Amino acid sequence: MKYIEEYREKSLILKLSDHIKKSVKRNYSFMEVCGGHTSAIHRFGIPSLLPPEIKLISGPGCPVCVTATDFIDKALAYSQMENVTIVTFGDLIMVPGSSSSLEKEKTRGADIRIVFSGLDALNIARTEPDKTVIFLGIGFETTAPGTAVTVRTARKEGFGNFLLLSAHKVMPPVMEAIVREGIKIDGFICPGHVAAITGSHIFNFLPEKYRLGCVIAGFEPTDLLQSILMLVRQVNTNSPDVEIQYSRAVTANGNLVAQDQLYGVFEPCDANWRGFGNISDSGLRLKREYDAFDAEKRIPVTIQQYRDNPSCICGDVLRGLKIPGNCSLFRSSCTPENPVGACMVSSEGACNSYFKYHSQ
Amino acid sequence: MCLSVPALVVAIDGQMADVSVGGAMFKAGLHMVENVRTGDYILLHAGFAIQKISEEEALETLNLLNELKNFENE
Amino acid sequence: MSEIVTLNHGSGGKQSHELIMNLFVKKFGMPLPLTDSAVFTENGCTLAFTTDSYVVDPIFFPGGNIGKLALCGTVNDLSVSGAVPKYISASFIIEEGFPVKDLEIIAGSMAEEAEGAGVKIVTGDTKVVGKGKCDKLFITTAGTGFIKSGFEHISTGKMIRSGDKLIVNGPLGDHAIAVLGARNNMSFSSSVMSDCASLNHMIQSVLSECNLVHFMRDLTRGGLSSVLYELSHLSGMGISIDETSVPVDDPVRGLCEVLGFDPFTLANEGKVLIVAGSEEHEKILNILRSHPLGRKSALIGEISDVKKGNVILNTFSGGQRILDIPSGIQLPRIC
Repeated sequence: MKYIEEYREKSLILKLSDHIKKSVKRNYSFMEVCGGHTSAIHRFGIPSLLPPEIKLISGPGCPVCVTATDFIDKALAYSQMENVTIVTFGDLIMVPGSSSSLEKEKTRGADIRIVFSGLDALNIARTEPDKTVIFLGIGFETTAPGTAVTVRTARKEGFGNFLLLSAHKVMPPVMEAIVREGIKIDGFICPGHVAAITGSHIFNFLPEKYRLGCVIAGFEPTDLLQSILMLVRQVNTNSPDVEIQYSRAVTANGNLVAQDQLYGVFEPCDANWRGFGNISDSGLRLKREYDAFDAEKRIPVTIQQYRDNPSCICGDVLRGLKIPGNCSLFRSSCTPENPVGACMVSSEGACNSYFKYHSQ
Repeated sequence: MCLSVPALVVAIDGQMADVSVGGAMFKAGLHMVENVRTGDYILLHAGFAIQKISEEEALETLNLLNELKNFENE
Repeated sequence: MSEIVTLNHGSGGKQSHELIMNLFVKKFGMPLPLTDSAVFTENGCTLAFTTDSYVVDPIFFPGGNIGKLALCGTVNDLSVSGAVPKYISASFIIEEGFPVKDLEIIAGSMAEEAEGAGVKIVTGDTKVVGKGKCDKLFITTAGTGFIKSGFEHISTGKMIRSGDKLIVNGPLGDHAIAVLGARNNMSFSSSVMSDCASLNHMIQSVLSECNLVHFMRDLTRGGLSSVLYELSHLSGMGISIDETSVPVDDPVRGLCEVLGFDPFTLANEGKVLIVAGSEEHEKILNILRSHPLGRKSALIGEISDVKKGNVILNTFSGGQRILDIPSGIQLPRIC
């Protein structure tokens, strides 16, 4: 398959691994903030190709992991209403709310359906006009433009039964929050598909404000290894910069058409991140002119205030401060089948990956 | 972020395209990309084309990687 | 264990395993290890006996239907235990309103498949339930056959040794993708056909010429990963798999990339894992490849003394990791 297999060539991978081993001069900690990267790193066995001097930390890059409990609780509250169909990406189905999950409610008879695209959700609204279809919008700048197109299409075609509950978020504020908290990292592996939309310039604040370098990485093994090599070199020469490794998809200015779609429908807002609490301007909400499609405005819902399990250290894990093995709930009451915290839910979550990798 | 895969544009009908990944066919919305033609490669994410893949840049990356492969001394 | 049964319990992964072991096996006092068929010897005869239920949705899919699936499934469960399948029973639970025409097609498929496999459907049952009480049609088949002397160890795997080789008879994931595509509620399509087939003749041709087959299992729900996970526990040995060698056809690979599926956990209905002494693995591959159902057979790994109880994947990228334990049903992801 083109643009995939060429970047998986074994001899290239082994050579890159070799170069990295020869380039290390000290210890390095690099954080990736992308669920796709966490998954690829695990899938391709990247840690086994790196020297012990390099530590890869998984940050808050998985939209599932950072989706706050209250979002799930709102979705669950909607799912109990008559004639409501909840439509979601598969990623969200196991995420625990305060007392249940979409999966559990589905087994109890709630109309909850999984789709691959926002357009599939629109199709459901089209073919079942007597149902109120509420689409759960999760994901970062990669996914939000698609939701924007979906909402625009709903307006253009005059849908009265399609609503959005948005938990869309943007990356830079949480990355800045991590740096400002003083978490010790030497550089970021930046999300390649977010950058394909936004352009590389959104990460300029890292070297400019914090003298921290970053490389925008693709998702194949050679992409990841080349990116790590580039980061090692930046650290070695003390020249923090924003470099694009994933140049076949990422430019400095990004996809302007997608950005137009995104900011034509959404505007920044404060958002609640699981493990981080409230981060200003880190979320995306529908602009006023799209109020008719805003689930919370059309159908207000109240939920109980909830406090996360005090023993759950997802917040620390998401910051790279602790590893899953440090958590008292890990493997005892928190497992992939019965997750307590979000880091265990997603297959990209640090705890889930750690569980699988270290369980045998 | 996220699962986005290079897909070959096989057919276009208005704002929707039929794209192929290894022979598996998907529908992709073209609302976010311009001047797409059959034979182009796009990044498919959640039912949308989010970017066109630059063949030129792709080749350059591979060339760089191959140079690295052949370069023995660091 | 959870309080309610969920779809995850039926997926063939970890939760299925837990439900079976902690509830059914415990209550029934079933002897372990659990194998595809129960094997018992009486009056000098060793019999294999198995049963399975089929609830596939949709009931018609590219490459087959629920009837063909049921017949092949039971024939294969017997065959991988080293038995020659002989007699099958077929019970039907039919939803009120189900078209008789469709029932004729399904029964016809079963008859055709039985004839090809050389087995006889000798008994069965039919029940009709009210609309909405079952999803169109459920089929339960049971089957029995004789195991020749010298093959009794195959289902238990007690002869598995370090250095044994692992072989599969062709590309993985076709059945799961064919069924998923036929459901038509995902925005994808492919020309992938289910690999649903009776493997008994192919397996017998291996057993009639080879002495070192130590274990076999068919790769159904939960896929290769599920069987490898079971095998590592059963044998207490380490398993090493070479990712590049595991055959997966391009459309299946493409779908897995896009939807975030792992091809090793996808269901198959015409694939068997054979574990055999390394001295015979070339011979086994040749025999398999000369059979229409084994043309793309491949050597995929081996049993080792190292990292006992673990399944290690040597990735195509030159790295190494522990193979993921399949858990729950796979859902399409965006991330």
